[in-house]
Amino acid sequence: MEIQLNNNKEIIERDQLTLAELIQYKNFTFPMLVTKINGLLVKKVDRDNVMIKAGDDVIVLHLISGG
Amino acid sequence: MNDQHIRTKLKDKVVGIAGCGGLGSNCAVALARVGVGKLVITDYDKVDVSNLNRQYFFTDQVGKAKVIALKENINRIDPLIKVETHEIQLNEENIPDIFKECDVIVEAFDRAEMKQMIVETVLEKMPDHYLICGSGLAGWGENESIGMTVTGKLYFFGDGSNEVSEDFPPLAPRVGVVANMQANQVLEIILGKM
Repeated sequence: MEIQLNNNKEIIERDQLTLAELIQYKNFTFPMLVTKINGLLVKKVDRDNVMIKAGDDVIVLHLISGG
Repeated sequence: MNDQHIRTKLKDKVVGIAGCGGLGSNCAVALARVGVGKLVITDYDKVDVSNLNRQYFFTDQVGKAKVIALKENINRIDPLIKVETHEIQLNEENIPDIFKECDVIVEAFDRAEMKQMIVETVLEKMPDHYLICGSGLAGWGENESIGMTVTGKLYFFGDGSNEVSEDFPPLAPRVGVVANMQANQVLEIILGKM
């Protein structure tokens, strides 16, 4: 399926997957992330339950220590 | 818009600074110099000698609460700027109350867990507020890797990858770049684009 990931077009070789599986699939390995689907925040605890659909606009941001 | 117009426009604005370390102290000073009328600054820590490699404090302030030291420094630049200090650790409960009157909030924490906490809190409980974050600023050089990511009213500045460690410390130049990019974004939001 085709989705928007971090404002870029992305083809995912799966028919269905959860947000947590997408994070694994894309190898986003940092422990601290902020995730949004279609503009709405998805909290960490909900990433296992939320399914990605074709056409979704997904944002995965890395939070890096240091300040 | 000349400098006087800019000052008039900024005089009534309130900006929240969540954390007064490398990002927060430098961002707050930049905003104070251009004349943002009020800053709400928070931190629970005290100035340590190890902070002086990047944070806007001085040797005679070591041991002082960071919010008090930063207020002193801001008011040495401009005594008319109102500085509201909160010597407190921010959490999901107190963030909406402390920053409720702010036009823009600047995330300036050190730890990634705290960054995640404030992003989730603002998106969930204060969705009308702009939040300007720093993420990825350790080390030196690599100017070309520092960029911006925007989603809704949430802005991220930094390289998105360089985590601080013993061999990869946060240092004044790169921390200052990100802190000033955050301040620059605050101005763009308040003043509008050129």
